[in-house]
Amino acid sequence: MDWTTITEVEKRDIFKTVGVEAMEELFAAIPESLRLDSWDMPEGKNESALLREFKALSQRNNAEQVCFMGGGYYDHYIPAAVDALAGRSEFYTAYTPYQPECSQGTLQAIYEYQSLICRLMDMECANASLYDGGTAIFEAAVMAARITKRQRVIVHDSVHPLWKQMLETHAAGSVLKIETGSEPISEETACVIVQNPAFLGTLQDYADLAQQCHELGALLVMAVNPVSLGIVRTPGSMGADITVAEGQSLGLPLGFGGPYLGILATKKKYIRKMPGRIVGAAADDKGRPGYVLTLQAREQHIRREKALSNICSNQALCALRALIHLCLLGKEGLRETAYACHAKTAYLMSKLDFVQVLNDGPVFNEFAVRLPKNAEVVAAALLEKGFLAGIPLHTLGCGKPNDLLVAVTEKRTRDELDSFAAVLQEACHE
Amino acid sequence: MNKIKTIFETGAPGRCAVMPEPLDVPDVSLPEVFQRDTPLALTELSEMDVVRHFTRLSRRNFGVDSHFYPLGSCTMKYNPKISESVASLPGFASLHPGLTLVPAYRETCQGALEVVYELERLLAEIAGMAAGCLQPMAGAHGELTGVLLIAAYHRSKNDMKRDTILIPDSAHGTNPASAAMAGFKTVTLPSNAQGSVDYDAYAALMGEHVAGVMLTCPNTHGLFEPHVAEIAALAHEHGALMYYDGANLNAILGKCRPGDLGFDVMHYNLHKTFGTPHGMGGPGSGAIAVGERLAPFLPNPRVVKNDGIYDLHFGDSSIGRMAPFFGNFLVALRAYVYILAVGGEGLKKISENAVLNANYVLARLKEHWRPAFDGLCMHECLLTAADMTADHGIRALDVAKALLDRGFHAPTVYFPLTVKEGLMIEPTETESQETLDDFCDAMLEIARSAIEDPESLHHAPVSLPVGRLNEAQAARNLDCAALPQNKS
Repeated sequence: MDWTTITEVEKRDIFKTVGVEAMEELFAAIPESLRLDSWDMPEGKNESALLREFKALSQRNNAEQVCFMGGGYYDHYIPAAVDALAGRSEFYTAYTPYQPECSQGTLQAIYEYQSLICRLMDMECANASLYDGGTAIFEAAVMAARITKRQRVIVHDSVHPLWKQMLETHAAGSVLKIETGSEPISEETACVIVQNPAFLGTLQDYADLAQQCHELGALLVMAVNPVSLGIVRTPGSMGADITVAEGQSLGLPLGFGGPYLGILATKKKYIRKMPGRIVGAAADDKGRPGYVLTLQAREQHIRREKALSNICSNQALCALRALIHLCLLGKEGLRETAYACHAKTAYLMSKLDFVQVLNDGPVFNEFAVRLPKNAEVVAAALLEKGFLAGIPLHTLGCGKPNDLLVAVTEKRTRDELDSFAAVLQEACHE
Repeated sequence: MNKIKTIFETGAPGRCAVMPEPLDVPDVSLPEVFQRDTPLALTELSEMDVVRHFTRLSRRNFGVDSHFYPLGSCTMKYNPKISESVASLPGFASLHPGLTLVPAYRETCQGALEVVYELERLLAEIAGMAAGCLQPMAGAHGELTGVLLIAAYHRSKNDMKRDTILIPDSAHGTNPASAAMAGFKTVTLPSNAQGSVDYDAYAALMGEHVAGVMLTCPNTHGLFEPHVAEIAALAHEHGALMYYDGANLNAILGKCRPGDLGFDVMHYNLHKTFGTPHGMGGPGSGAIAVGERLAPFLPNPRVVKNDGIYDLHFGDSSIGRMAPFFGNFLVALRAYVYILAVGGEGLKKISENAVLNANYVLARLKEHWRPAFDGLCMHECLLTAADMTADHGIRALDVAKALLDRGFHAPTVYFPLTVKEGLMIEPTETESQETLDDFCDAMLEIARSAIEDPESLHHAPVSLPVGRLNEAQAARNLDCAALPQNKS
């Protein structure tokens, strides 16, 4: 099947108007020698066969286990209204609001998203979103280098190992010099990148570090878990200059890795160095208020090789989901959700007294344990019992073979926590 | 029409649409030093408040489902609903990507790994190349990935002198921006009077310092590059690699393949060519394909198939990771559904109808709106309003706004930068002849108005919630967030 609409009769009529007799004349510009002879492509299928086959394929995935897996991407509840509203085709079939007059829905939503992100993080401006948390860290590092006119970027041990890898890959050809967390901050440091809670879940107080950075003219870039900010001290309060986040936990499905949402916010004095689309309030000649894409002179379609970033699109639909999600939860709902994550995590930790907890302080919704056995073996055993036990840390190149990273969201019930503790204990001693 | 209050001016203290379930574990407190010490200035709304607000906002948008959207270079084709249904199946939508980290878990995501493996294989076949990779999350991200691969290739040959990428003046701005981001200098290739790369100028700029050439074909003038094979051959003779910007792939599906034209790496815009929703600007997918030379450097991990079981493989020469897992998987899944639905023959038909529709619009308008270049076009036609500007003071922007009043989204205007007062029209294959006729009639009527009553066009649009917004003033008096102390 396909979604073309021109009939044979219409085609002949169009040929006449165009002044050709056959389709091939329209492709005459492609030299004969370059034409495709044949290719190995399947035949088309109709809709009902496709749905049947994809249902079967989806059932070869098991997304039904009780999920204790996190590592930056969490199993939170997504209210039904998020799908209902973000599923409106006026949103999802529109494109970048190049024509603001017929895109006020998009533009106002992005303005509200930017506002909400600032309020959540105690920052002063946010862009319209980036691809994901990892690319947001890279963009923040580039931005910090541009602001400070320095090249050294210190990546703290607290940062997600996959995001570190992404930063290194993206920065391969750039002027950035990526250094590990053990390097001292100096007058050549553009920024220090930290994460709160740290990758292993431990909450951090970076206020002193922020001050240290500022004394040496460096910026503090902080990656945060946006849900935690319902109860946890904000990056703005600790003195972060640029805040980034993976926004998946704000109403985006886990979706086997994406699409997710890259959040980036900063202080107003740095707005002209911030990459990505930005929406601003405007007015028409009758004084009617509206919204437009603003500060476009920073961007690739105007500045080309001198642009702040190559980014063209954003993740607008994901940003819309995050906005709707946060509006539905609101002040009380987000606080209670964050609190539930925290309390349930603490409860599970109290039940796991038979293993060593590796965190050296309070955690938010995740913690690491050292099991008496290989974590992958235990994880495989728990899979049999219907539990996704978490991430064996050495699969990410950190920790020891027996270390497991366990996440708890507000979705986990006390029963599930109790059963998980029981089967984990059993698996450890089998 | 009334202003829609911002979400921050809506609601009342104490309202909350969604709360988590009542806590079923003991209360614990967070040590004070870690606690939020600033007000949480979020909204307080009922579910009805939220639903009404966003429903009303949605009605202030033009989308493909409601309006013809001939935005050149963006391929705003119809987005099939079956792709949405598949992407919302819980077996895909609720699947944690961390499952792939643990070998023991991979049996629980064989269906998703099959999607990655098979789609990458199909993308390689459509490209005429050796391998595909879904990691890049948007077209520009695919460009950056491709240029990083080119850099890795030269580095592996210990060929460190190549610091330049050649890019035509008609290219998308992302091309030079991506090359610069990967640390390359960029040199602009001029177009000739026929709208193609000036081959002699190109040959003069080619040399041992060139790492790669980035081309869009058909280019943004809507024209197939006549010397594409010679351009590629000369690049390879000098040790440079060829990058294909897939933005305009909708023109040549099944007719010719970038790999066969001599390209070494390309990015797809799955959201353009394979009909996944553009989502107001994203998420898209910038999946890439590469030839044999670049395959060893592809981002890790790769999905491989061993004895019928899908597994992961980490290549030793890989550039690293461009995405945490497999890019925008649910977008790629929609594209996979689309490709399987239409099949090989359907892909050919798509390009045929896309090119047919663009030429129909060109044929109907060319007497009244001057084409930027002579002859037939590929999947989009580029007109210029420059004569109208000179004779009647009507600019491309006026045409764009007048179209909005007539119920059409505007074409891309002022791009490419090579053409003055450009109007780039890409109708796509999913539009019917009557829609194209309605659009052409509107364009012809606007051409008459430009002569008879130009003033009326300067005031467009008049039918939408706002007229032309003052962008200069918005940039001067920046208001990019409604903050508690700065209520809008």
